[in-house]
Amino acid sequence: MMVGAKSPSASRVFHASRRSRAPGTFWTAAMAPAMLTALYAIFVYAPDERVMGAVQKVFYFHVASAWNGILAFLVMFIASVGYLLSRRPGWDELAFASAEVGEVFTTVTLLTGPLWGKVAWNIWWDWDPRLTTTLVLWTVYGVYLVARHYAGTEVTPGQGDGQDASRAAVQAAVIGIIGFADIPILLMSIKWWRSVHPVLLQGAKMNIAPPMAWTLGISVAAFTLLYVGLLGLRLRLERARREVRRLLAAGLAGKGVGR
Amino acid sequence: MKYLAGLLTITWKDITAEFRTKEMSTSMGIFALLVMVVFGFALRPGAEETVAVFPGFAWIGFFFAGLLGLSRSFVSEKMNGAMTGLMLAPVDRSVIYFGKVAGNLLFMFVVEAVSFPLYIVLFDVPAPQRPGSLALVAFLGTLGFVAVGTFLAALAANTRTSELLLPILLFPLAVPLVIAVVSMTRAALTGDFTDTASWWRMLVVYDAVFLVVPWLLFEYLLES
Repeated sequence: MMVGAKSPSASRVFHASRRSRAPGTFWTAAMAPAMLTALYAIFVYAPDERVMGAVQKVFYFHVASAWNGILAFLVMFIASVGYLLSRRPGWDELAFASAEVGEVFTTVTLLTGPLWGKVAWNIWWDWDPRLTTTLVLWTVYGVYLVARHYAGTEVTPGQGDGQDASRAAVQAAVIGIIGFADIPILLMSIKWWRSVHPVLLQGAKMNIAPPMAWTLGISVAAFTLLYVGLLGLRLRLERARREVRRLLAAGLAGKGVGR
Repeated sequence: MKYLAGLLTITWKDITAEFRTKEMSTSMGIFALLVMVVFGFALRPGAEETVAVFPGFAWIGFFFAGLLGLSRSFVSEKMNGAMTGLMLAPVDRSVIYFGKVAGNLLFMFVVEAVSFPLYIVLFDVPAPQRPGSLALVAFLGTLGFVAVGTFLAALAANTRTSELLLPILLFPLAVPLVIAVVSMTRAALTGDFTDTASWWRMLVVYDAVFLVVPWLLFEYLLES
């Protein structure tokens, strides 16, 4: 396909994505000081843990990533429901973007956990309810992303190997919803399964020293900003893709690109 | 009443097709047996540790065999436009789903009923202490697996790589079910039911959730 020949439309795509409301530069600017503050708090302000020393500092990354992994999952679920009800492509793009960013945060959670676990429990992994639930969360995200890749690529006679965008979106939304349904069932089990995982909140009381609690708060806030920022960048990319698809379709149909 | 009649018609159609081709029953049955032969080489029959892991291995055998049947469940309907015919039937769309669930449930029960006694003999495991509870556990476990599996089979059938997609969709979602059903099977085999109330609850909740959610979403799969 001669995409290069349509340079005016290419610049139009660029500007279209520029004009979109998705947070980009602003969030990047807000994120940098937030992340630096979080790093300062983690490595300078927060005291070393009495028994484990510096290893315990991985906890601030671990909890902040875990929180964002769950937040992203919730956003994916809500966006999937939103898509099925309204059929607006924006919801579908939000679900996709959130799943991708959420998978990254969940990966960080799963990687930082064993670093701490090896020191605290002397094992990398334990089939604890929380660990199992996080692993299942990670696989559900993975399944969503893989299925998304294959969805809507059925070979139908006459249509060729068509990537039917709306069909892919419906299938992805369905997987997003049914995958979400799995997690509450697993969470039920946390109550009655023996657990070695530390509990942060007991009632309204935090189980850690106040400077550590402050550091955790700053780090969770910074990571949440990071989540929103990455989500925005990812959304902007999806919108640009949709615009390219539209322009290509319009170009192929011979209608010209102008509107 | 019309709902139930439609459901049974679809189930009956699947049973008739199965009687004529014997595709699923033979492949599922032979596969369930072969899995056990492989495990038989991997484990020492009659040993204490074999008895301890037996419930898990038995369910791996059933689930893998069930997966074979599930993956054919909707792919076979794609041939000759049979799916279009089903969708044109003057019944609610969810009837198709529940009809298929009933059919797949029946096929899996037959495979389990034939292979489970064989498993017990081949692994030299003590006979079940509570056969009634074991049957109930097998029913709830298979129902949950088939409920979520049939739905995902319908989803995967609409993609180019349905045989690849179904297992990777199904197994992560089946994790809570596997945990509960294996613990319950162990209890039913040994007759020791202490601390199992929560696993019963988990099985029932899983079955309920994965019958209701597909019921709500099945229509969206078919339209696409």
